[in-house]
Amino acid sequence: MKKELKQKSKHIYWNPYYGGFLLGILILFTFYLTGRGLGASGAMKSSVVSIIESVAPTHAEESSYYSKFITEDESPMKNWLVFETLGVLIGAFISGGLSGRIGWRIQHSPKITSKRRLVFAVIGGVLFGLGAQIARGCTSGAALSGMAVLSTGGFITMLAIFGSAYATAYFFRKNWI
Amino acid sequence: MGPLIPNGVIPFEWDNIIAILIGIAFGFVLEASGFSSSRKLAGVFYGYDFAVLKVFFTAALVAVIGVYYMDYLGFLDVNQLYVHPTYLWGAIIGGIIMGVGFVAGGFCPGTSLCAVAIGKIDAIVYVGGIMVGIFIFSELYPLFQPIYEGYFYGNVTLEDSLGINPYWFVFIFSIIAIVAFVISDMVQKRVKKIFY
Repeated sequence: MKKELKQKSKHIYWNPYYGGFLLGILILFTFYLTGRGLGASGAMKSSVVSIIESVAPTHAEESSYYSKFITEDESPMKNWLVFETLGVLIGAFISGGLSGRIGWRIQHSPKITSKRRLVFAVIGGVLFGLGAQIARGCTSGAALSGMAVLSTGGFITMLAIFGSAYATAYFFRKNWI
Repeated sequence: MGPLIPNGVIPFEWDNIIAILIGIAFGFVLEASGFSSSRKLAGVFYGYDFAVLKVFFTAALVAVIGVYYMDYLGFLDVNQLYVHPTYLWGAIIGGIIMGVGFVAGGFCPGTSLCAVAIGKIDAIVYVGGIMVGIFIFSELYPLFQPIYEGYFYGNVTLEDSLGINPYWFVFIFSIIAIVAFVISDMVQKRVKKIFY
């Protein structure tokens, strides 16, 4: 009986309106304190820049993109978004830990294999990483934080993300339903 | 008056500490809302779970109402806030590519980090993919530069671009969101349930 309860609680999440309300308050609070919104892909960009900078420093300096984020005295990892992202990992770990959701696993539909899931995860990641650079932000930085201040670009990015995801969902349906 | 750190009300040294605290709250809320599960996230595209739509639009609305209300009350100067810049074709093309990535991988960057934190291997692979995507963009930057830097309209808001009153826009946006929530519940009832 007790085990059954434990099994069940793994999938009990917050009411989405409650989660959304708290997230909205958090975005408001972030703007109130820092004058900027939240982000997620920025820290990954900083990581890529700092990896390239340490592996191939001349290449990084000569590149017209990496060099935008490299300064003489400071590491690209000393960045607001990198600290925020460390916090995201800690916060998600706490929440997952409290609900008993922590554990190594590959989550996928029973209709597909783990390998197929991982292949599509890589493809999705590459596309999202590429798109987030072109649009200068992802769902957090461009769409959500942009919409909070009625940024035109934020709304366009949001519409483009959801529009294209709905338009192409049919081709990926086997992975999910 | 806010924003507090740019205006020197809170010393700048606190910036990175506040970043970690805000990040913890962000990660906690996303994970607790179920955003560490790719199958829950993907539900919004197939109609079996609309958590993404509900959380995302509720958050955007609460934030935008809060920002304009605090501006109205004089606690926050909306003109001092960072407005995500508008590079028209960058936003459209980047968004389209991200949309395909979302439905293929089942995560966006923020949610994948939450899933990494609780040990999802598919999310770790996804984050690796994002970094490869950023690497590809950086190496081929000259190719992308025209859309990355071109078609720039400034850090504009909908008020500047469309000439509409922000208060009216927020009101209409709220009504659209409520209608979307009602419709999403109706759709969800009709779609075959998926257990994950």
